[in-house]
Amino acid sequence: MLLDSLFNGVAIGSVLLVSALGLAIVFGLMGVINLAHGELMMLGAYTTYVTQLIFKLPLLKPYYNGYVIVSIFFAFIVSGVVGILLEKTVIRKLYGSPLETLLATWGVSLILQQFVRSVPLAYGTGVVISLLIGLILPSVFSSKVKESINFKYVKFSSWIFAALAGVLSGNLISSSVSKLSRASARNVDVTAPAWMRGQVEILGTAFPKTRLMIIIITLISVIAITLFLNQSVWGMRIRAVTQNREMSDCLGISTEKVDVLTFGIGSGLAGVAGVAVSLLGSVGPNVGGNYIVGCFMVVVLGGVGNLLGTIFASFGIGIMTDLIGAGRLLSIWPDMPLPLFNTINFFATTSMARVMIFALIVIFLQFKPTGLFPQKGRMVES
Amino acid sequence: MGQLPNLNEFMRISRRILAGLATASLAVTVTSCGGGSDTSGSFDDTVTVGILHSLSGTMAISESTLVDTEKMAIKEINAAGGVTVGGKSYKIDYIVEDGASDWPTFAEKSKKLIDQDGVPVVFGGWTSASRKAMLPVYESKDAFLYYPIQYEAQECSNNIFYTGASPNQQSEPATDFMYKRSPAAGKPFFLVGSDYVFPRTSNTITKEQLKSLGGKVVGEDYLPLGNTEVAPIISKIKKALAPSGGGVIINTLNGDQNVAFFKQIQDAGITPSNGYYVMNYSIAEEEISTIGPEFLEGHYGAWNYMMSIDTPESKKFAADFKALYGSDRVVADPQESAYNMVYLWKQAVEDAGTFENSAVREALVGQTFDAPQGPVEVMPNHHLAQTVRIGLIKPEGGFEILEETDGVVFPQAWNQFEPSSKGYACDWTDPSKGERYKL
Repeated sequence: MLLDSLFNGVAIGSVLLVSALGLAIVFGLMGVINLAHGELMMLGAYTTYVTQLIFKLPLLKPYYNGYVIVSIFFAFIVSGVVGILLEKTVIRKLYGSPLETLLATWGVSLILQQFVRSVPLAYGTGVVISLLIGLILPSVFSSKVKESINFKYVKFSSWIFAALAGVLSGNLISSSVSKLSRASARNVDVTAPAWMRGQVEILGTAFPKTRLMIIIITLISVIAITLFLNQSVWGMRIRAVTQNREMSDCLGISTEKVDVLTFGIGSGLAGVAGVAVSLLGSVGPNVGGNYIVGCFMVVVLGGVGNLLGTIFASFGIGIMTDLIGAGRLLSIWPDMPLPLFNTINFFATTSMARVMIFALIVIFLQFKPTGLFPQKGRMVES
Repeated sequence: MGQLPNLNEFMRISRRILAGLATASLAVTVTSCGGGSDTSGSFDDTVTVGILHSLSGTMAISESTLVDTEKMAIKEINAAGGVTVGGKSYKIDYIVEDGASDWPTFAEKSKKLIDQDGVPVVFGGWTSASRKAMLPVYESKDAFLYYPIQYEAQECSNNIFYTGASPNQQSEPATDFMYKRSPAAGKPFFLVGSDYVFPRTSNTITKEQLKSLGGKVVGEDYLPLGNTEVAPIISKIKKALAPSGGGVIINTLNGDQNVAFFKQIQDAGITPSNGYYVMNYSIAEEEISTIGPEFLEGHYGAWNYMMSIDTPESKKFAADFKALYGSDRVVADPQESAYNMVYLWKQAVEDAGTFENSAVREALVGQTFDAPQGPVEVMPNHHLAQTVRIGLIKPEGGFEILEETDGVVFPQAWNQFEPSSKGYACDWTDPSKGERYKL
């Protein structure tokens, strides 16, 4: 009973955590209010769908069972690339003006929603492939080529090559997978492979496998991102820029590169979250909107700029949702006083639990406006 | 000088091309606005009707199928000679307006259709919220809305004609079936729905009905619209129904919330093989194919029309729709209801001998029509008497019809299980009775 409750809380919490993790980096570390975060998740979810259909082709059919794992990497790349493009074209120009960033990213979110509605997914994939090639190709040339005065022509022609590759791959996918060749606003469905459906029994309690899978995805994402931020050179640079941008710039860190990288990783994590949520519900243009409020709630409650806070906040909210929404308090303590029983019973529905949790968060933030684990240091003072 | 004629020639040709382009684009605009001008035949005049559904936004997926069906009905009527009023034959033209899944827009577009375009009738709406937004417009202008969706009732307007099922034509027979004759007969009920007016009203009625049948409701929960986190609901269902080894779940969730729900209850072991049976009020053929029959197999649905009805009328309806819009399309109850209302309007207008509203309204009551579902009849409360069917969802999609009522079930605008409306009825043919009178 208690195990079941704990598991449910952790399961809800891990959906929140995996979707908020990317935002914790983008909003938390960079201070960018990215309202298109939900749509980056949506792109990840659509990537899962496209990967699923491609793995149904005769050539890849034997590996069908592994498509979810593959799509995690694809989703990371797709959302990451779109995120990098977003940073390079829109957000870079708007650092330091939060209101404009908010409006611009909201606009981008609408564009992305309409994009998946009116562009066939096959060509959407083509666009992403050409973006990927266009962004990567110029950087593989030797430094001698890069420094030459004609490098802009090389860059230009590599974009032409990328566009051609995108059109070709778009056509190829469109002709081989008929479901992707027509644009549709209709929600699509990701079906987990057989080994991920049903439940496993541990210690006499049955756990749904998809939920376990999401918990595993979340765990791996959290561990990977913590290791990256704390152990790698670039992670250190990211933290340095977060703490003091001017000083890092003076010391020779390319803040521009750090910004692109941070935003790309944050967006990529949103894509991974998209894979996770596609296993739970259907995939549609509006799927991101369902999660964005929860993401901001978690990041603000956890304390902006602190991953540990985000982790605690999401599991806290998850466990509270289950305790209140499923009416567990009533079964844990059956003979509580009647007025209390009635109050808790009143809130023991999904809608009211949400109201209750929002209210609790608002009250909490009254006393600790900076969240559970406030960031200490120079940045906060300035 | 030698070059001049060539230049003139060139200009003449280019002018002709331009003119041609302009005409072509004009023609495109005209067809896209007016529509329906593709049928030949001679008519004395045309009458323009309004079609008002969401063509964009979240409801577009569902509502656009109704636009398709209404266009098909109009096309059929035009092909058969149009509407004959006062000895003159009228061709039906239509104006399609987009409600954009936004309820105030529905009211605004209704005003536009009535005042600016002067249409005699509007076919429109899907959600109860859109109908509630439109109702005051039609009442104040004394215009007429034909509304094709099964709904929670507790409403009876002189200016709306409801061709979908009222609760006693869907949820009541369904509850009766689940409690008495389903594999989970006698087991407790759990009610799940999206958090808005239709599920809550429908569930209130179900609870009252179960009380009188002697059944037990062990829980109910509503998911806020847009929320897909169903884990707390699933643990509540398990806690409530597991002690009795399963039970009945009445589901009134909306749209894609169903996907999340069915995916996750299957993972949690809430399946027909474990004794849990879900009765659905918002899942028709279209939704079965979207959600995936592998998640829905063995659960139930209740509708007036199901595509698997084995009559020539039903088969013709499905075949005509597929011929017009593609072989992968399906027809479902809301579409059949939309199809019927266009024909019923045509009949009423012909009987009244005018497009004028009050005469058409009078002629409408008592109209009968051989619909794809079987015969239907318009009742004095502006609802439709129709047959009710209970279907089992098949592994390959679609319903296997388990039972259907003997003949039509008469619609109740005011529900007889709900205490606040018990003992009331609606009758627009008798001026002394009207919207709500005591039986």
